[in-house]
Amino acid sequence: MTLLLQILATFSILSLVAVGGANSVLPEMHRQVVELRGWLDDATFAQLYALAQAAPGPNILVASVMGWRIAGGAGMAMATLGMLAPSAVLAWGMAGLTQRLRGAPWLKPAQAGLVPVAIGLILAAGVTMAQAAQGHGVLPLVVVAISTVFVWRTDYSPLWVLAGGAVLGLVFL
Amino acid sequence: MPESTAPHATVVPGRLELFLGYLKIGLLGFGGVAAWARHVIVEERRWLTELEYAEVLGLGQVLPGPNVGNAAVMIGRRFHGLAGALLATTGIYLAPLLILIGLCVLYDRYGQLPQVAPAMAGIAAAAAGMVIGTAFKMAGRLRLRWDALLVLVLAALAAALWRLPLPLIVLVLAPVSIALALRRARRPAEAGAR
Repeated sequence: MTLLLQILATFSILSLVAVGGANSVLPEMHRQVVELRGWLDDATFAQLYALAQAAPGPNILVASVMGWRIAGGAGMAMATLGMLAPSAVLAWGMAGLTQRLRGAPWLKPAQAGLVPVAIGLILAAGVTMAQAAQGHGVLPLVVVAISTVFVWRTDYSPLWVLAGGAVLGLVFL
Repeated sequence: MPESTAPHATVVPGRLELFLGYLKIGLLGFGGVAAWARHVIVEERRWLTELEYAEVLGLGQVLPGPNVGNAAVMIGRRFHGLAGALLATTGIYLAPLLILIGLCVLYDRYGQLPQVAPAMAGIAAAAAGMVIGTAFKMAGRLRLRWDALLVLVLAALAAALWRLPLPLIVLVLAPVSIALALRRARRPAEAGAR
């Protein structure tokens, strides 16, 4: 029981410092889960992160995988709840605030100011992912380039490039 | 042919549509959901315009937690209050969680098969391009001015190249960028010309 509560508390704190999402909170998650609590060793942490990346959905669910490894299904539930709930409550409050301030003349420009920061950080996430994929030679970079242009210049479903990437990987890597 | 940058008429989703839309985003979101969320919400279902979506995402970015998850709460609330926020949030996380549980079990049993790693590497590379392409697309469609583009590039460099902590990047760049946007808003004639 205490272990489950500790998992809930640890991931709740991580949730509140996770400005920028899963990739930015990863170093702090490592510090808490591996170094401070000793719940996982280094290799397991890296493997579980790769496993979470393999699944679809928000990368923040890496927390769920860690919880599962630490304490089974109940651990997964606690880690997921801890990671998601606090930030979701903040987002709820922020949505209410922007609705109430709708008429304020400075609100639109203020929101517009956040747009380039958000897009820049999406770009950074993509570049970071590309750097991680680079370990297998030139082909991954070619795939990155094709996929970038495909998604940028067309409105077709991105599923095509993911399927293409899987086939190219299977054949050439 | 309609001009692709013209603002589309938007559609208000019902509760079930909201849930199903987010279910799809979660289910398809390999390599992260940012690209898929924009594809489904702006291009496919037209719940929000490009600008409205970017604004919600910008708020989601400065708050802690996953930006798309935060956006799900805010978009859900905007259309259907608490029920909407819960439906959108459940939708985006439900399928990935179930798949993840399956993967955990498989991982325990089979470890690493030789065919799995190369296919995964290919998908990872394609997903990286998908995310980069999404950023280019958003920046292009929103016709950002040069000062906004400068902020965009600085944010990307700070996070991807210089590896600065994200709270620091947001705390420095968000106020600067908001100040620039406020200055643009006060001189609308100049802001309109590009």
